[in-house]
Amino acid sequence: MSYKIIVLVKQVPDTKNITVDAMKPDGTVNRSALPTIFNPEDLNALEEALKIKDKYGAKITALTMGPPNASEVLRKSLFYGVDDVILLSDRKFAAADTLATSYALSLAIKKIGEFDLIIGGTQAIDGDTAQVGPQTAEKLHINQITFVDKIQKLSDREIVANRTTDYGYETVKAKLPILLTITAEANTPRPFSVKKTLTYKNAISLIEKHDYDEEYLQSNNPNKPFIITTWNHEDIGAEIEQCGLNGSPTQVKQIENIVLEVGESKEIDNSEDGFKLLISELFSEHIIG
Amino acid sequence: MNSNEVWTYIEIQNGKIADVSLELLGKAQDLAKKLSVKCGAILLGTNPQNHYKNIFEHGADIIYSAEHFALENYTSLPFTKVVCDIIEEYQPQIVLYGATVNGRDLAPRIASKLKVGLTADCTELQIGDYEKKKKGEVKKYENILYQIRPAFGGNIIATIVSPNHRPQMATVRPGVMKINKTDKTNSGKVVNIQANISEELILSEIIKTIQIEKSVNLNSASIIVAGGVGVGSKDNFEKLHELAKTLGGVVGASRAAVDAGYINSDHQIGQTGITVQPKLYIAVGISGQIQHIAGMSNSNRIIAINTDKDAPIFQIANYRIVGDLNKVVPQLIETFKKLKK
Ligand SMILES: Cc1cc2nc3c(=O)[nH]c(=O)nc-3n(C[C@H](O)[C@H](O)[C@H](O)COP(=O)(O)OP(=O)(O)OC[C@H]3O[C@@H](n4cnc5c(N)ncnc54)[C@H](O)[C@@H]3O)c2cc1C
Repeated sequence: MSYKIIVLVKQVPDTKNITVDAMKPDGTVNRSALPTIFNPEDLNALEEALKIKDKYGAKITALTMGPPNASEVLRKSLFYGVDDVILLSDRKFAAADTLATSYALSLAIKKIGEFDLIIGGTQAIDGDTAQVGPQTAEKLHINQITFVDKIQKLSDREIVANRTTDYGYETVKAKLPILLTITAEANTPRPFSVKKTLTYKNAISLIEKHDYDEEYLQSNNPNKPFIITTWNHEDIGAEIEQCGLNGSPTQVKQIENIVLEVGESKEIDNSEDGFKLLISELFSEHIIG
Repeated sequence: MNSNEVWTYIEIQNGKIADVSLELLGKAQDLAKKLSVKCGAILLGTNPQNHYKNIFEHGADIIYSAEHFALENYTSLPFTKVVCDIIEEYQPQIVLYGATVNGRDLAPRIASKLKVGLTADCTELQIGDYEKKKKGEVKKYENILYQIRPAFGGNIIATIVSPNHRPQMATVRPGVMKINKTDKTNSGKVVNIQANISEELILSEIIKTIQIEKSVNLNSASIIVAGGVGVGSKDNFEKLHELAKTLGGVVGASRAAVDAGYINSDHQIGQTGITVQPKLYIAVGISGQIQHIAGMSNSNRIIAINTDKDAPIFQIANYRIVGDLNKVVPQLIETFKKLKK
């Protein structure tokens, strides 16, 4: 049996170097001011899908929602070996919280059509919420297994997977279709396929800046770039009130830099006397003893 | 019925109430007092009555209790259905969930179904007012839940609100809030809920659960000796184990020390590790990046040992020792042993 798999991927700012300067006054991120990367756990999700494809055969579609340059994660998905990619992009989707994001994703998934598995990373390193997976599953009225670190068995009807819990792990048996979220422990993503990278390196979405002329793109020229399917809110039949900022119940009231505070603070002399004073103080205050 | 209450979702792990649920009950009780409403608890399971006493003693006024064979083990769909039904029937204004694996599986599904906001991993919850300017008009909201959390890799702190939707919902990580003192005299009302779970919602089956004993219990430790990259090797971590043993504490670590393989990830403290609030925290060879500090800054006393006098950890340390840990740690052990006699 060959599976139909949709992989949810996201382009994220590299959160290691974010400062308050990268925030807009409304509390959303000024993404253009930051270097971006493929969300790490989405690579683990993609790898799980590719493993299924290797073993049983599958058609994998990678789906992302983001600005035009989020095409970059779709190009990379093609380099890894997915069969099709879809960019969901519209100014109307901007500043979406997880609920508005899952609304748009679920409509795009319905438009893609039939699927057996939807696979995403457990969380994205910009929001760290781990909410979009479950929220999307709910909107599609399908079951889910989150925090999956191992797919044990897959058949045309059923999946058996191990899921991390707070005290170890559990093995869950569930019917398809289902949404899975994958942890970083699940696998080590493979490198790009060189051949696919050559084939798809010029893949573009027509909403990205490009210098190709229309006629060439419409032609049958075998060298023309792969065109990334791109949908806006109308293409997926989304109601504007449920998209982006409008469709987001949560609002950012305030953003602050972290201020480190300490009560009393003293330097302890790096000497036997210094340590004696320190330890005696901790004894007398019953902190140790 | 619009109860307007503040609720905690009670998570059962291995037949016991998860600590985080008790921590949240304390917070819910405080918030409910501020709002002059009742503090409620939602409890799903096969023998819910076993837990009533404990829940009341931790501050609940009302327990919404649902019993059903399909609620024996947590699975997404039946739990989502029953919790949503209870929320829709009794309309609380706030619902809090532990940011456990199952809490993070459940809460977003509920938010999605009810079309309400949800803020993950809050580190603080408060009640306050909110003004929203839109098209020149100012809209004022009173007594809104401030959902405060680190954002963007922990580099900033954001206050999130969901002023137009009820309930306002948030998850909080274990160890972030403190368990309120129990009140043995507190009791309340139990509302028995008829769990309505149709066959087609029972799609998952837990066929095996494996408990892996954690190599350390950081949450309950009152003294933690935590090591970072500065410790330099797995062997050298022995010094920290010895200091911890001498003081009657346990060993923690920075993520970078875990990544370097000096110690296993059960010991990791910080934003993506465990949140701790011990009486004494000794940071040894840890620079004090914000993601580490997020997990330990509420410690009662902090000692930092670092060769770099400008290391950020010193900004939150009560006792600053500028020096080489290889000399300082053995000397501290010596001194303690001498003074203890
Ligand atoms: C999204 C995200 C989540 C993260 N989550 C966490 C988390 O949960 N927990 C966490 O800890 N980190 C986390 N990090 C990583 C964090 O940013 C830091 O990289 C990490 O905390 C650094 O660990 P460290 O202090 O041990 O190492 P370093 O920053 O390398 O510091 C080593 C310190 O040792 C000192 N030193 C060296 N030799 C000696 C000596 N002989 N004696 C005394 N001092 C010495 C040095 O002066 C230095 O200050 C996260 C990062 C990101 C981006």
